[in-house]
Amino acid sequence: MATKPNKSAAKPGATRSTKVNPPKVRAGKAGPDRWDYAPAPESTKIVQLRDRYELYIDGEWVKPASKKYFDTASPATLKVLSSVAEANAKDVDRAVAAARRAFETDWSRRSGAERGRFLFRIARILQERAREFAVLESMDGGKPIKESRDIDVPLAAAHFFYYAGWADKLEYAFPGRTVRPRGVAAQVIPWNFPLLMLAWKVAPALAAGNTVVLKPAETTPLSALLLCEVLEQAGLPKGVVNIVTGAGDTGASLVSHPDVDKVAFTGSTSVGKLIARAVAGTDKSVTLELGGKAANIVFEDAPLDQAVEGIVNGIYFNQGHVCCAGSRLFVQESVADQVLAKLKRRMETLRVGDPLDKNTDVGAINSKEQLDRITELVGSGIDEGTDVWQPSCELPRRGYFFRPTVLTGVSQSHRVAKEEIFGPVLSVLTFRTPQEAVEKANNTPYGLSAGVWTDKGSRILSMVDQLRAGVVWANTYNRFDPTSPFGGYKESGYGREGGLHGLAPYLHVD
Amino acid sequence: MVWPRIFTSTDTRRTTDTMAAQTKKTDRMTVPKTYKLYIGGKFPRSESGRTFELTDAKGAFLANVSLASRKDAREAVVAARKAFTGWSGATAYNRGQVLYRIAEVLEGRRAQFVDELVATGSTRRAAAAELDATIDTWIYYAGFSDKYSQVIGSSNPVAAPYFNFSLPEPTGVVAIVPQDSPGWRLRAIAATVAPAIVAGNTTVVAVREGNPLSAISFAEVLATSDLPGGVVNILTGDVCEFVPNLASHMDVNAIDIAGCVDGEFAREMELLAAENLKRVARPREFARNHVGSIDDIARWTELKTVWHPIGV
Repeated sequence: MATKPNKSAAKPGATRSTKVNPPKVRAGKAGPDRWDYAPAPESTKIVQLRDRYELYIDGEWVKPASKKYFDTASPATLKVLSSVAEANAKDVDRAVAAARRAFETDWSRRSGAERGRFLFRIARILQERAREFAVLESMDGGKPIKESRDIDVPLAAAHFFYYAGWADKLEYAFPGRTVRPRGVAAQVIPWNFPLLMLAWKVAPALAAGNTVVLKPAETTPLSALLLCEVLEQAGLPKGVVNIVTGAGDTGASLVSHPDVDKVAFTGSTSVGKLIARAVAGTDKSVTLELGGKAANIVFEDAPLDQAVEGIVNGIYFNQGHVCCAGSRLFVQESVADQVLAKLKRRMETLRVGDPLDKNTDVGAINSKEQLDRITELVGSGIDEGTDVWQPSCELPRRGYFFRPTVLTGVSQSHRVAKEEIFGPVLSVLTFRTPQEAVEKANNTPYGLSAGVWTDKGSRILSMVDQLRAGVVWANTYNRFDPTSPFGGYKESGYGREGGLHGLAPYLHVD
Repeated sequence: MVWPRIFTSTDTRRTTDTMAAQTKKTDRMTVPKTYKLYIGGKFPRSESGRTFELTDAKGAFLANVSLASRKDAREAVVAARKAFTGWSGATAYNRGQVLYRIAEVLEGRRAQFVDELVATGSTRRAAAAELDATIDTWIYYAGFSDKYSQVIGSSNPVAAPYFNFSLPEPTGVVAIVPQDSPGWRLRAIAATVAPAIVAGNTTVVAVREGNPLSAISFAEVLATSDLPGGVVNILTGDVCEFVPNLASHMDVNAIDIAGCVDGEFAREMELLAAENLKRVARPREFARNHVGSIDDIARWTELKTVWHPIGV
């Protein structure tokens, strides 16, 4: 059959997506190694959503001055989940004023130990309500419940727990120095890990004594809004965390607000550049965590089966909506055929579909815009002469889905090798010598992450030394931990989040 | 274009470096120095063939100094990039030795530098104090070469069977506009360039019109201190003319606009720098007693975090 990946998606995308499917796709037939299970969907009953969410400013739900609301829907079912307020410049102004007041009259005056207690409470309540958050995250964002349950939510709680402990130990983070909070932090986060990115931003900011105005992504605002309940249960003082929902304009008014001291942004490199311009000539400090086009390098001596798992985890984890996704696979020429055969066999076993099904490996593409972008870029790969391969999995009839895709015959000049696709699309290139691997891997304006697969320890360290990337995974991929600093080189941004280093951007160190 | 004039000196009587002064005192014809640029370890003239005339406070001719062009700036970036792999790959111990050597050679040429600072406006006493502070700063950073990564780096106790560690690495090519004010000429170069190169970065330094003599003589110190060519490149002239090209250059990773005192110009440089997300150090002044700071090293480093599995 012809594909039905995105029946409800873009008109132009639909023609493209027909093109990207392999000539012989058999409908409903699983690959040779896939066991089909009966559906095991997680119940959504645990999530009680309001019909409409206002802005969360100064501990209150307030109606937006804009009087505007927008819908947020599940990308898997296209069902509208709730309606969310759109903050305009006036609303942002109100939120920043609330954060400033809370900073000056309350939060910065509390002891570190006290701030830490609040963060510990938040971590614990997140753990208690983990299932609820995981289900909501999968409903609103389309990511498999397996991931939101095992990664996003536990890691978010762990971040709060980690930074809770720092709050009364800041003098050990920067020995011999005196530290003080920066003030009001403006934080803008993306839609790929909504709750986790919130935790990465809010936890260190509060631990260091700052107050926060946070803007969640337009397509995934719900977990941040549900978190407001957690903040209230934890008894967090009013105005310490304010949530303003909206799209790009809301974010722009937030980062350019004159009373903001610190800007933290995670998202695309193009928006990151706009933010760098918006703060030019001011005293605001900025951290940017932006795009990537990571190299995942497999040497001939690598444990190949393990490497294949790492390749799959590297690019198909969270539908490839990962800034550090291993989107460029570099395989040593001598094992390229072998690795590709193993990879395709493994990919036939991937279950693509209902994000809420506990068996699902690859969920829904987050939005129609993103699906269109992925479709367009894969189309460009075909136009430029790459070979496209997709497993024969069936896609749901509704919602935004895209088959896990492998592009071979890719050269460095192809768009699919240069641009961040932010989808389940792997570009495969080959190399002969370690030096060639390094040169090709570094041949990108990005520098967020990289993977190295080899049995030779000295080679790992030599590659680590030469790869211009902020995180290097050896014989693993896409690992995260609150203690482990994360962030990029070059156009992948600046500043680090996580670990001791994640505190520095939120402090004046005198 | 109005050629810049040098700063007013309060102590020009004792200037011995001008040709006029020297020819009066001795029968021997002196050999005046041609002040050229310093790019890739060599001393070329500006490719544009332009110079500007530097005079002392009384208007006496001091030198024709190269007026760097935008193309010179690009050449300097190429030289800095070429030097990056070698310098960033040098051992920390070696970088420390080279920085210490810079301090030694400066010390040996104190008299010349004091004269040049005096010729361009310092009092003799202030010039001597500036030399002391400059040498102190080079020695301070020399001693930091194999220590800052232990201070900035960490091993991270992740909740999984991995050995996880973070290390600072040099950012790359750093363009630097040092401050240029009385007492902060040679010293400003030390305070901005030393922390960048001690971490393995390579630099392109834009020196204002008022400060070229000691800066170019300093290049001679660098050239005789075992510092590989291209690690520090020095351009003299009208910074407003060529610094925008450094700020917008796609192969420059970072820019220090410490000395861009004009706020609007500084903002423009920051806007240009956003094009490839250069790391930017904004205009600032150092404290009077400033010697050095680990923050200025950390500023030009990128933290790399490595996950290595633990298993048998």
